[in-house]
Amino acid sequence: MDIAGWLDDFLVRAVLAGLMVAAVAGPLGAFVVWRRMAYFGDTVSHSALLGVALGFLLGLNLNLMVTLVCIAIAVLLVILQRYQELGSDTLLGILAHSALSLGIVAVAFVEGLRVDLMAYLFGDILAVGRDDLLAIAIGGLIALVLLIALWRPLLALTVHEELARVEGVRALPVRLGMMLLIALVIAAAMQVVGVLLITALMIIPAATSRRFARTPEQMAILAGVLGMLAVGAGIAGSFHWDTPTGPSIVVAALLGFILVQLLPARLLPRFGTR
Amino acid sequence: MLYNTTMFANVHNWLRGERAGRHPRPRPARGSGPLVGAREVTVQRGGRTILDRVSMAVHPGEAAMIIGPNGAGKTSLLRVLMGLWQPDGGRVERAPDLRVGYMPQRLQIEPVLPLSVNRFLRMRQRLPRRELLAKLERVGVGHLIDSPIQSLSGGETQRVLLARALLGEPDLLVLDEPAQGVDVVGQGDVFAMLDDIRRETGCGVLIVSHDLHFVMAGAETVICLNQHVCCTGNPEEVSRHPEYRRLFPSVDLRGLAVYTHDHNHVHGLHGEVRPLDGEGTDASCDDPQHGPGCRH
Repeated sequence: MDIAGWLDDFLVRAVLAGLMVAAVAGPLGAFVVWRRMAYFGDTVSHSALLGVALGFLLGLNLNLMVTLVCIAIAVLLVILQRYQELGSDTLLGILAHSALSLGIVAVAFVEGLRVDLMAYLFGDILAVGRDDLLAIAIGGLIALVLLIALWRPLLALTVHEELARVEGVRALPVRLGMMLLIALVIAAAMQVVGVLLITALMIIPAATSRRFARTPEQMAILAGVLGMLAVGAGIAGSFHWDTPTGPSIVVAALLGFILVQLLPARLLPRFGTR
Repeated sequence: MLYNTTMFANVHNWLRGERAGRHPRPRPARGSGPLVGAREVTVQRGGRTILDRVSMAVHPGEAAMIIGPNGAGKTSLLRVLMGLWQPDGGRVERAPDLRVGYMPQRLQIEPVLPLSVNRFLRMRQRLPRRELLAKLERVGVGHLIDSPIQSLSGGETQRVLLARALLGEPDLLVLDEPAQGVDVVGQGDVFAMLDDIRRETGCGVLIVSHDLHFVMAGAETVICLNQHVCCTGNPEEVSRHPEYRRLFPSVDLRGLAVYTHDHNHVHGLHGEVRPLDGEGTDASCDDPQHGPGCRH
């Protein structure tokens, strides 16, 4: 099979990129849901545009810059949440929208740069090139390995932080690892669904899979699968009806979620216990 | 498989706090040094002194109880003793390689996280199902092994938490308000079980409670805390102590010893009595000691 020639097809690249991102975003999304971090993820992803602007300004790799900015914002958030008197939601709201605005303003300041803002806000998966595909593959693989390594300690911290720490789990490196994970996934997902919709790709499949799952692992893996299904359906729908691809993927995920909520419990296949 | 490569496994174990090759080792014996001890520990949070030069210790096999009103710094003292918080002054000493079994006050898990009791216990240690079942049966909730953890009642959750604390074969059991949210019969059961476990395994037990009803049952040492250590001693001595009477004016410990139990049986979840081989009571008591903050 001529893989190299096969990758020349923009649709193939789009599907591959989307599947890779969804495979990691789903399981990570389970943690985002369990830890009530949806707004946190939203805030960090809103700052991704700032990374794009900085990457252009400094002439650095955009994916790398986005990852770095996301990590910086995530760490800043964790520190501010600990020391600030403001409520968590207020703080997240301030940072989310100012990071997004700062990003747009910064992009405007870069001379000679004409960025298609819509592509960054809502994704431009059909424009994924070979280099982008490679970057997504590398970022996704690192994120997947990190997620497997952090799985048990992160789950323990999620269930009861103090108990986990008494039992020896190292909270700080695990939490920093989670930040890195979120940043990597956001950088990879930016092209697929755009900074405004990344959180949806994480939490909708995870929320959908809850009704089928009896263990955390089942929920996470199924979230990945459902995310991939949404990507497939979204791209197909977008191709068929000529709709924007990123939002189409999110709409597909939403339809799946609604369908699963409407099904009576007895009709739902459930995994075994344990 | 990637998971099994050595470096990866090492990092993984480090993150999870697992030492390579944990072998069975002798438990610290009675008469050796304390399991944990605080020396002149001071803790400040938000400009307020929560603990003021607190000194105390728990020895192997000892049942110690920290009592005090709300806001006395009881939970803070536990956090410092377990190493979750760094003291602002003084120091904390722990026996080398000390294994702590911790039973937190509450367990709140989001319903969106699918988690059975079995899986909850496996987070502590990956043991075969029958061993987890045995631990659950020991605390009287074997039938709950496949239940979602969020569906448990307060008393059932307490027992599952106790089973998880016991999984690490602790040298010291630390329990934060084990009687909270449990009805009176259930409280008696939990305390009876703790006392039996202490006798069976020889572990030290440190209980925090604001509930004075159970101070007399099985506790050898009572530490009366109100930011500083008001008084220490056996329950009898503490109840006679003027500082204690000032803190809890209407409560006479001797009169409130509603719960005493025989050590020749255990209680099931519904209060039924099951026989057990037990030992006699070990009544070693110290003289009451004044904490450094007491001026009387």
